[in-house]
Amino acid sequence: MTHVPLEHVLFVSAGLFLLGLLGVIIRRNLLVIYMSLELMLNAGNLALVAFSRFNNNLNGQIMVFFIITVAAAEVAVGLALIVALYRKRQTVHVEDLTAMKL
Amino acid sequence: MQTLLFYIFAGLTLLCALLVVANPFSRNPVTSAMFLVLTIASLAGIFILLDAFFLAAVQVLVYAGAVIVLFLFVIMLLSLKEEERRQIRKFSLITGLISVVAITAVFARAFLSGKLRRPPPMPAVAGGTQPLGELLFSQYLLPFEIVSVLLLVAMIGTVLLSKRTLE
Repeated sequence: MTHVPLEHVLFVSAGLFLLGLLGVIIRRNLLVIYMSLELMLNAGNLALVAFSRFNNNLNGQIMVFFIITVAAAEVAVGLALIVALYRKRQTVHVEDLTAMKL
Repeated sequence: MQTLLFYIFAGLTLLCALLVVANPFSRNPVTSAMFLVLTIASLAGIFILLDAFFLAAVQVLVYAGAVIVLFLFVIMLLSLKEEERRQIRKFSLITGLISVVAITAVFARAFLSGKLRRPPPMPAVAGGTQPLGELLFSQYLLPFEIVSVLLLVAMIGTVLLSKRTLE
């Protein structure tokens, strides 16, 4: 890993983030939107790890550790919400879920 | 060799992420979940190349192991049919492309400002289990305990939400 400059790692991170953002905006399935959110979180993790490596500082990796924990908790709660919503409305298509009242 | 490996993993990550978001052959959520596994595995490879060994292991265990299994369970539980090919609305496509282009411009400005150029990396601090653990249990002890409370709250919330009657 001696010859890869920091910018190239950040390019990958930015590309991953943009793909996640595109997915959140154009996809209509709640589950796929959730997966795109995970992609965006992973892009942030990659940037943090890269900066941590290139600055010789482990604090960034600790941050990534906490982000992974919080993301796991978020996925658990979010999927429980999706299942509860599906029980009421029989759909996970966001265009059918525009009313705020169940 | 490691440089080549980095570019292979980087290309694989971006390709699989693209297939998660916009797969031209299938709109099935299961396919998206499978490509998400590949994305995360190649990201773990990049983490290893960046000397973050512990995080690479955690990435595979937590994301590929736990999160994706959760996703697949929910997909199977809801027994989703192939998402019918509704027309992707022009409006959402245009707004999506506009916001992506805008953020690309912000990133490009940041990259081109030239502050990032540094000499190739110095001798590494390897992110093994021991140095991370020492840091986690000394300097970051309080956040660590708070995160454990957060996990407890998430668990109770999930159990509560999954009960048959929400009332």
